[in-house]
Amino acid sequence: MSERIVKLIIDGKEVFAKPTDTILKAATDNGIYIPTLCYLEGLTPHGGCRLCVVEVKGNPKLMTSCTTPVSNNMEITTNSPKLVKYRKQIIELLLSERIHTCSVCVANGNCELQELASKFGVDHTSVSRNWERFELDMSHERFVLDHNRCILCTRCIRVCDEIEGVHTLDIKKRGKDSMIIVDLDEPWAASYSCTECGKCSAVCPVGAIYIKGKHLSETKKKELPEFIVRRRSR
Amino acid sequence: MTTSTSLDKRLILVDKAITTYGNRKDALLEILHIAHNVYGYLDKKILLHISEKLNIPPSQVYGVATFYNYFKLKKPGSHAITFCLGTACYVKGAEEILSALEKEFNIRRGETSADGKISVFATRCVGACAMAPNVIVDDEMIGKATKEQVLEKVRKLLEGERSET
Repeated sequence: MSERIVKLIIDGKEVFAKPTDTILKAATDNGIYIPTLCYLEGLTPHGGCRLCVVEVKGNPKLMTSCTTPVSNNMEITTNSPKLVKYRKQIIELLLSERIHTCSVCVANGNCELQELASKFGVDHTSVSRNWERFELDMSHERFVLDHNRCILCTRCIRVCDEIEGVHTLDIKKRGKDSMIIVDLDEPWAASYSCTECGKCSAVCPVGAIYIKGKHLSETKKKELPEFIVRRRSR
Repeated sequence: MTTSTSLDKRLILVDKAITTYGNRKDALLEILHIAHNVYGYLDKKILLHISEKLNIPPSQVYGVATFYNYFKLKKPGSHAITFCLGTACYVKGAEEILSALEKEFNIRRGETSADGKISVFATRCVGACAMAPNVIVDDEMIGKATKEQVLEKVRKLLEGERSET
């Protein structure tokens, strides 16, 4: 691969990056903040939450910065009234899709969605909430899977597949019926492929997967989980 | 966990297809199609078998199978009643007929009755909006369906089944 350096402009600032970098990486390397949710460094980008959308000059569409590679002379805007409006809307939709009642959630205070909502000043949703209830999977002796809090960011699936390498978790169905499943949609305790590593609970941005009897401030760390750091340095 | 290795003729057909595709992972959808054609549905046993043969995690196979509406995961009843809930049919009252049927035969949409006689499906546009509401009973299409008409038809179906046995 050529070691050519690409020059681009992010928010009026001249920035240099490797041609293999994504816009998100180029921005964060240069201290420019782009909000993310489904993205987790070390895992394959998913591009599902759309929070990291940016405007690229000459392109009428918004691009997800976590999946778009940089190219020469790109002019990128990471913060504009339009983007803020869209991001707020996305957070509102995420909050209204399942039951996100922070006050009774285990992740209260340790939740990335909650953090983003307060950062963007989302204190209510303009669309009516969908109060459909899902049953908790508490069958496993260590883990709890709460579909009511899940935002389908697929971090747990990716960490299970790419780092632990067992792919116990996946998504079933599609659209609003999508749900995280364990093996063939079985209760977690009946899973035969799960290695009980607990990586899924460490990367869950909300309170959808957590360890029983432990406070989330113990299991969830603000910095990158250690196993992902190790993988990156390899 | 291993799947039962009973010498099921249908399973042999599926295995043959898997071998034809050289156990390739990217042939998953093809294999699912073949298995669905052979069995008429895909239950967990078949999915697990395919997952083992193709060396794909079971959750992924299940995810693919549930993504497509075409695949049925449970054995369907001997009679299929399909309701169109597309915009035109919905406006013309398909939902009412469906609810009435659900009530009378104690069955929910997308499910099969406990005795395995009838399955009720809800689908989107069948391409005959002028005839809305459309109900498809087995292979017969009922256009401009009324509640009485559909319920009567299903009652007759069940009666016919009872007299056969």
